[in-house]
Amino acid sequence: MDMKVSKKKLGLKEKYQHMTRGLGWETTYQSMDDVFPFVKYEGIKIHDWEKWEDPFRLTMDAYWKYQAEKERKLYAIIDAYAQNNGHLSVTDARYINAVKLFLNGISPLEYMAHRGFAMTGRQFPGVGPRVACLMQSLDEIRHAQTQIHSISNYNKYYNGFHEYRHMLERVWYLSVPRSFFDDAVTAGPFEFMVAIGFSFEYVLTNLLFVPFVSGAAYNGDMGTMTFGFSAQSDEARHMTLGLEVIKFILEQDPDNLPIVQQWIDKWTWRGYRVLTLVGMMMDYMLPKRIMSWKEAWEVYFEENGGALFKDLARYGIRPPKWLDQIEQDKDHISHQAWATFYNYAAACNFHTWIPTDDELDWLSQKYPNSFDKYYRPRLEHWREEAKKGNRFYNKTLPMLCQTCQIPMIFTEPGDPTQICYREVDYKDNKYHFCSDGCKEIFEHEPEKYIQAWLPVHQIYQGNCFNEGVDPTAEGFDPLAAVLDYYHLNFGRDNLDFEGSEDQKNFDEWRGMATKNV
Amino acid sequence: MHIDLRTVSIKPQRQTFDHIARRIGPDKAASRYQEGTLDVQATHNFHYRPTWAPEHEIFDASRSAIKMADWYAFKDPRQFYYGAYTLARAKQQETAESNFDFVEGRGLADTLPAELRDTVLKLLLPLRHAAWGGNMNGAFITAYGYGTALTQPCLYHSMDQLGIAQYITRVGLLLGDDVEVLDEAKKHWMEDSAWQGLRRYVEDCFVLKDPLEVYVAQMVALDGLLYPLVYETIIDNVLASQGGTPIAMLTQFMTDWYAETRKWVDATVKTAAAESPENKAQLEKWITHWRDRAAAALMPVAQIALGAQADALTSELVGQFNARLAKAGVSL
Amino acid sequence: MSKVFIALQTNDDTRSIIQAILADNPHAICNEQPAMVKIDAEGSLTVRRSTIEELIGRDFDLQELHINLISLTGHVDESDDELTLSWNN
Repeated sequence: MDMKVSKKKLGLKEKYQHMTRGLGWETTYQSMDDVFPFVKYEGIKIHDWEKWEDPFRLTMDAYWKYQAEKERKLYAIIDAYAQNNGHLSVTDARYINAVKLFLNGISPLEYMAHRGFAMTGRQFPGVGPRVACLMQSLDEIRHAQTQIHSISNYNKYYNGFHEYRHMLERVWYLSVPRSFFDDAVTAGPFEFMVAIGFSFEYVLTNLLFVPFVSGAAYNGDMGTMTFGFSAQSDEARHMTLGLEVIKFILEQDPDNLPIVQQWIDKWTWRGYRVLTLVGMMMDYMLPKRIMSWKEAWEVYFEENGGALFKDLARYGIRPPKWLDQIEQDKDHISHQAWATFYNYAAACNFHTWIPTDDELDWLSQKYPNSFDKYYRPRLEHWREEAKKGNRFYNKTLPMLCQTCQIPMIFTEPGDPTQICYREVDYKDNKYHFCSDGCKEIFEHEPEKYIQAWLPVHQIYQGNCFNEGVDPTAEGFDPLAAVLDYYHLNFGRDNLDFEGSEDQKNFDEWRGMATKNV
Repeated sequence: MHIDLRTVSIKPQRQTFDHIARRIGPDKAASRYQEGTLDVQATHNFHYRPTWAPEHEIFDASRSAIKMADWYAFKDPRQFYYGAYTLARAKQQETAESNFDFVEGRGLADTLPAELRDTVLKLLLPLRHAAWGGNMNGAFITAYGYGTALTQPCLYHSMDQLGIAQYITRVGLLLGDDVEVLDEAKKHWMEDSAWQGLRRYVEDCFVLKDPLEVYVAQMVALDGLLYPLVYETIIDNVLASQGGTPIAMLTQFMTDWYAETRKWVDATVKTAAAESPENKAQLEKWITHWRDRAAAALMPVAQIALGAQADALTSELVGQFNARLAKAGVSL
Repeated sequence: MSKVFIALQTNDDTRSIIQAILADNPHAICNEQPAMVKIDAEGSLTVRRSTIEELIGRDFDLQELHINLISLTGHVDESDDELTLSWNN
């Protein structure tokens, strides 16, 4: 038999090109404008989608192969962790509260990212970016599900996890991460990509996954460590997509620059505000610490972000606005956030505590410019008061920032003793803000932000009571009624860690493991 | 000190999350499919309306004419969550890989009769664009559909269609002399009269606004006729009997994929139709319309391989399609 | 010069990969953290397939990196033989 000369072997780039690029076509039975209706209204001009550079060139068969490998490893560990009561091997049961915050505040965002990338994955006319977006959409449902599955075992034994889906849409502090993602998906496809693909994935998620997840490992939580790192391995692809998107948009037309710059400013600030929660997790909720929030910020934002923005300077991009304030804030925000949750621990689905002396010393050492001066005395005061039986629970509802929805807890740039307030009058109403950044974001799109479902406003308007509850009845207890609406079990999900059911159970179960009963 | 934690027998406080327990009962452990699917999508207190569609909420059931009291009545019989899905596809891709290796390694492509090889290239390669259309349509439902039980498998379907487009591309690169076969196939897709009905069909799907109508047009009608016609009838039967078995090996992924996926499609149609007489009537109207269009669009495609037999075989497939849908509760 | 980095999970699969990266990039600095290894390098960093293959004694597809990758920074240029991370500054 004649053997034909074997065909030229195609290289990765060339092969991928054939596997994707040629698939799309210029529609003629329907106009391209009708097929891709959302691609022009944001003002971004794209002249040639073929100029798109594919960052990673995974065909679907390779994707299935490698992702299945990751999934096999991950679920083997999740199973082993559950079967061996791995939750009892964490350093200290306080740690579990960080996992609660993760499931309640972060996992639902993964799901939103899945849907958001499906939207952009449908709306972009270019084949390359569409495929990359859809692959990311697929990864994001993976992240939502692997987190739910890993944390499911904690839910079986500990409080505060059981109603994460219900609470997401109701509990006051969860409107912070949720409104962030609602903001992104209600924007157009290009803004979504800059918001999530670039600002969040590239500039900020390393802060969430790398130091925090490494911290989880350090605290004996192999389950969280595994899903965290496994998710972050997809993140490497996502970050690269985010960077390619920015370069692509900027290279297409000089008119795109000011639009993109405004988005970078907005979304770096929005994302930075959301990460306050992560800062607090790192500084206060990991019993064994590897890195302070400030250190993580310096490595992953200042150093990496600095290199990135230096690189983008050739397109005319400057570093995001309000960096000088962000630079000052790194000494403060984690402490300000923890103090707030300590205050409002009655309305929270996780426990709070005053750090031990060792931990206070660690914070003093990591935050020499701020902790002893502003935060340690307050924590020690609260500890003394609690010892005397005066544990302070704040029952006054806080004013929220109209944009980021965080209570007004942040301080003036340059004066950590003064709360920062800004306000804007718009159409006969007064709107309040935590910062210049949030105020400016509002002013750019007031019609969007006046729609915000602010939890405190909603409580005052009577929208956060269960059906049939009569607020005019004698002896009506508004806080209790709101907690009912949240499905929060008073005394089990909330209040101090000290004396909690979680603490008692963990000690008892671990005792059973270490002693002969 | 080593602690053997496994020996501790402790009683769980609860079996699953409350929103799952409200659906399956409090004392049951939930499956990974259930925990990863049920109520995962947000439904209340959205913060902002989409700037691209202010008339709707971010997720809004009113985008469809199909009404469901509970959008989690839909169930994927395969129980695909991401992990189960990727493991299933990884296994299939392994088979596909060894099939490609087998055909390539033994030079089987070169043993094909030239006429048959040309037929395959003419028939199969333009279908990579139809699969790309399937990817677009699946993405649309994932983006704008309501409820994870429906949207999740649509993304899997969408990515499967991309995978299929890529497998077809590989067949083309294996059988064709050069990468130009891809350009030629695209030219046929764009200009050849045999393909214009199908291309128009796919493009018309791109501008539909109702996610369930897209579902009917793509997953029910087009997939429901195209896969039995091209892969089961033409490749696995007709061409295989003419010495085209290697081709059937290269498209095994598509055959297996369709056999699996149609069960999910049947379950979806059945659930939606059983919900109300209004849904049933709406589905009958849509399915009839898109079935007739799909059958007409596929006729000239069938002729490429079947010639004069195309008419009879396609009518037979439409009959089987009707019988299948009747079982799902839709009488056509 | 700005720094790029690649972070990998610490396990048996990555031991040789890390060794190969450090051999090919003498300017790189290896930074061990709980459960992960972060390799920082000024300017650019190249992961070379051939070096990994020599160490593990079998064929290696650079896309296998995805299985144990945690994170990276810099522009990515991926071919069959090399994966390069770099900044243009």
